[in-house]
Amino acid sequence: MKFESFGDFQLDVLREIGNIGAGNAATALSKLISKEIDMQIPQVNIISFDEIADVVGGAEALVVCVFLRVLGDVPASMFFIISIESAKNLMKELLGMETKEEGSFDDMELSMLNEIGNILAGSYLSSLADFTNLNMQPSVPAVAIDMAGAILSYGLLEVGYSGDFALTIDTAFFQGNEEISGHFFLIPDPDAFSRLFQALGVPFE
Amino acid sequence: MNIIKVGMADLNVAKSPDRIRTTGLGSCVGVVLFDGQNKIGGMAHIMLPDSSLSKGPLNVAKYADTAIPKLIEDMERAGANRRKLVAKLAGGAQMFAFSVASDTMRIGPRNVEACKQVLHEARIPIVAEDTGGNCGRTIELDSYTGILNVRTVNQGVKEL
Repeated sequence: MKFESFGDFQLDVLREIGNIGAGNAATALSKLISKEIDMQIPQVNIISFDEIADVVGGAEALVVCVFLRVLGDVPASMFFIISIESAKNLMKELLGMETKEEGSFDDMELSMLNEIGNILAGSYLSSLADFTNLNMQPSVPAVAIDMAGAILSYGLLEVGYSGDFALTIDTAFFQGNEEISGHFFLIPDPDAFSRLFQALGVPFE
Repeated sequence: MNIIKVGMADLNVAKSPDRIRTTGLGSCVGVVLFDGQNKIGGMAHIMLPDSSLSKGPLNVAKYADTAIPKLIEDMERAGANRRKLVAKLAGGAQMFAFSVASDTMRIGPRNVEACKQVLHEARIPIVAEDTGGNCGRTIELDSYTGILNVRTVNQGVKEL
């Protein structure tokens, strides 16, 4: 099925999916750091591959990203993306530790970021699985700190075989004065939509 | 001088003194062809190795086996001599270190292999490459000198 032809109702349902998933993940994050996390209304975008990195500052923007694949009924790619500064602030909040060097992370810090990504993605997916009654399993996560374009292209590989556009469910979140801010990105594979809509009783061609 | 931009799954040709660039190559491979006599450069930002797996309408610039022949054709049309072409490759990284390396996660090295195979079949020599590793790259070709600048986050800019 072609997501280019989705109507308003289908897009609303996908936005609601972002709302539920990211809402739970934001709650989990808020519990981790004992601070309030605000969330923006999820954006469902059908965008060309070149535009995908624009919301996080462009293809060359340096970002911290935890990536995992969603396995099961709704194959998808999931990204938890934050800026370097946010990652540093997040660790300060969590461990009270000041990081030594500007812009670099040691193995311990990377492993912690990976675990945070794991917890947040896990809560995103488990709330969706509960809501849809579908089987969704996160793969083992991996963390990378690099150019946004180079990282996000991993979410386009499956989509790439069937077209030049991707549907992204993007939810931005922030804490306080943007000391910590970032995005949850869910990019479903093309064959994920029919099962998702079927499970929710949403009509589609 | 203009800088011609090549997007993801895209290709283009530049004539001296223009430059041609593509940003944020991860597992994708930037294939650069250069005709030093006619001062014409071409660049493709290749995403996937094999067009036979394509399910939708075919974007030839996306796959190694279709993008490279199309790039050669476009360069010839712009006045390049096929027999003068040399190739430079950059990209094909493995951005994420998964403990269980699935085929999808090995896409970078597979893209590089596919590009080399196609270039070999087209009898175009590869004169330089900066491939593999685990970092993203931005590349820019000077179509006058044929020098390819490769920028990474941690290692700065190097010339190929």
